[in-house]
Amino acid sequence: MSDVTATDITTTSAAALGEALRAGELSSVEVTRAYLDRIAATDETIGAYLHVDAEAAVESAEAIDAARARGEELGPLAGVPLALKDVVVTEGVPTTSGSKILEGWRPPYDATLAARLKAAGTVLLGKTNMDEFAMGSSTENSAYRVTRNPWDTDRIPGGSSGGSSAAVAAGLAPWAIGTDTGGSIRQPAAVTGLVGHKPTYGSVSRYGLIAFSSSLDQAGPMTRTVLDAALLHEAIAGHDPLDSTSIDAPVPVLAEAARRGAGGDLAGLRVGVVTELGGEGHTDGYEPGVLARVAEAVALLEGMGAEVRQVSCPAFDLALPAYYLIAPSEASSNLARFDGVRYGLRVGDDGSRDLDEVMALTREQGFGPEVKRRIILGTYALSSGYYEAYYGQAQKVRTLITRNFTTAWDDVDVLVSPTSPTVAWSIGARVDDPIAMYAADLCTLPASLAGIPAISVPCGLSEGLPVGFQIMAPALADDRCYRVAAALEAAQDAARGRALLTGIGSKENAPS
Amino acid sequence: MSTPSPKGQLTRDEVAHLAHLSRLAVSDEELDLFAGQLAAVLDAVAQVGKADVADVPPTTHAVPMTNVMRPDAVRPSLPRDVVLDGAPAAEDDRFRVPRILGEEA
Repeated sequence: MSDVTATDITTTSAAALGEALRAGELSSVEVTRAYLDRIAATDETIGAYLHVDAEAAVESAEAIDAARARGEELGPLAGVPLALKDVVVTEGVPTTSGSKILEGWRPPYDATLAARLKAAGTVLLGKTNMDEFAMGSSTENSAYRVTRNPWDTDRIPGGSSGGSSAAVAAGLAPWAIGTDTGGSIRQPAAVTGLVGHKPTYGSVSRYGLIAFSSSLDQAGPMTRTVLDAALLHEAIAGHDPLDSTSIDAPVPVLAEAARRGAGGDLAGLRVGVVTELGGEGHTDGYEPGVLARVAEAVALLEGMGAEVRQVSCPAFDLALPAYYLIAPSEASSNLARFDGVRYGLRVGDDGSRDLDEVMALTREQGFGPEVKRRIILGTYALSSGYYEAYYGQAQKVRTLITRNFTTAWDDVDVLVSPTSPTVAWSIGARVDDPIAMYAADLCTLPASLAGIPAISVPCGLSEGLPVGFQIMAPALADDRCYRVAAALEAAQDAARGRALLTGIGSKENAPS
Repeated sequence: MSTPSPKGQLTRDEVAHLAHLSRLAVSDEELDLFAGQLAAVLDAVAQVGKADVADVPPTTHAVPMTNVMRPDAVRPSLPRDVVLDGAPAAEDDRFRVPRILGEEA
């Protein structure tokens, strides 16, 4: 072991780990073991993982170390461990999407992004917990376990990628992949003090992601630093013929944008603050502490040369109702594949029941309450006589939201807002009230519906808990998100004298 | 739908019908719970009706694309035994399924 301690390994950035591995200061086995040890010691409390295969992880790490010893040309990510949200299918590795209906299933193939990360030499630590089929904002809808926020273990880690957010924030993975349909990367990143980016829709392959709402689902990075997010994003981006909605464009240059942004020069950048997301007359449901941190972040951007103005996007007021019609409608169709025939659970197949009955019993036992609610709601919104008033109307509102963005891009380069109206709430506080749960997505939904990129970057604490700052950019201008986020991160770290995440142990009941 | 209720309402019977259409054998307790919760959700999402959308086309997808083509190249499919390994029931190299025709058919 070099002079780097195990604690350093589990708190440093993935980019720094990659450099230490390349320089021979650390081996992949050392790094992987440090994470596996910490998982063994603390994940019983945190509950970030659904599946960890320590032996397989060490074997992959040994293979990378051996390849490096042989002098093989390895990529910048080689040997760095990683966690994948359990919605990503992984060949031979259990994949459940947080649902009992897929308990014990080992997929026969890798998702494109999993294959790309494997080819890049990353080491899979395990699969992270999530709201069942990515439906939720707290990870409490997981059929398996509770995941706790490392900042305060009585609070939720956000969702649906709450296992990924908790793992990275708690030092149980250097970085992780999440997926975002209505905010499921950005909101958990926000409430755990991480960076989380939802790429432009179509820029990361959806092949092998268990589908929730196909016109919205997108995978992306959840990391400790903006540069890490850019590096991980570059590794999974790019055209994939296996996903017919994949955009045939070159892999975006993002790490360079992050490095440039960290220089702190935003002269000439036009920043729009969205009035409808926590601005004047739209503060209902927003915590004052969140709005204060966001205002401070905007002032920091201004201090670095950005021109700030208010931008009104009136259709954003209807993003929540539109989303909660479109996503359940698509989900009701996507989840029809779980029929107990080809994979997963089958219930009641005793010879006396026909296929329909077995299917209904299987789905009744295999799905949790939120999934059932959304299937029923989606079936209703798509049914004859209601289609135009609900699903059809929601799709038209989607057009209005996209038009608001298009108009805004005439005047500004990026739009900003809080990522979430509140900090992490107490576990259990919203489980019986779907509407309260859905309100957590208020700020993240417009970018989802328009398919544009959006990043959440930490902007300080309110009541001792992290607040996220959202930066949205036009389609395929993901680099702008990274540039502005890196500038903000660098300015805050300089003012604070340390990274926000280093304060994580200061909460009395956080794990040591 | 059997008896359409006024917009924004969702009766227990309707939830039962929708559950049947969705192949969900929901319990009586769930029906009571869902009917209440879904009525509240429906009330919230019905706000989309407030938007003035005269002449606004629907957006089905964020990236407008049509007729996406890729070369019609032959590639191996998944090995049969690997696929059937994940099946809840298999027989004679096939998925075994419950009978499809009901008594009345």
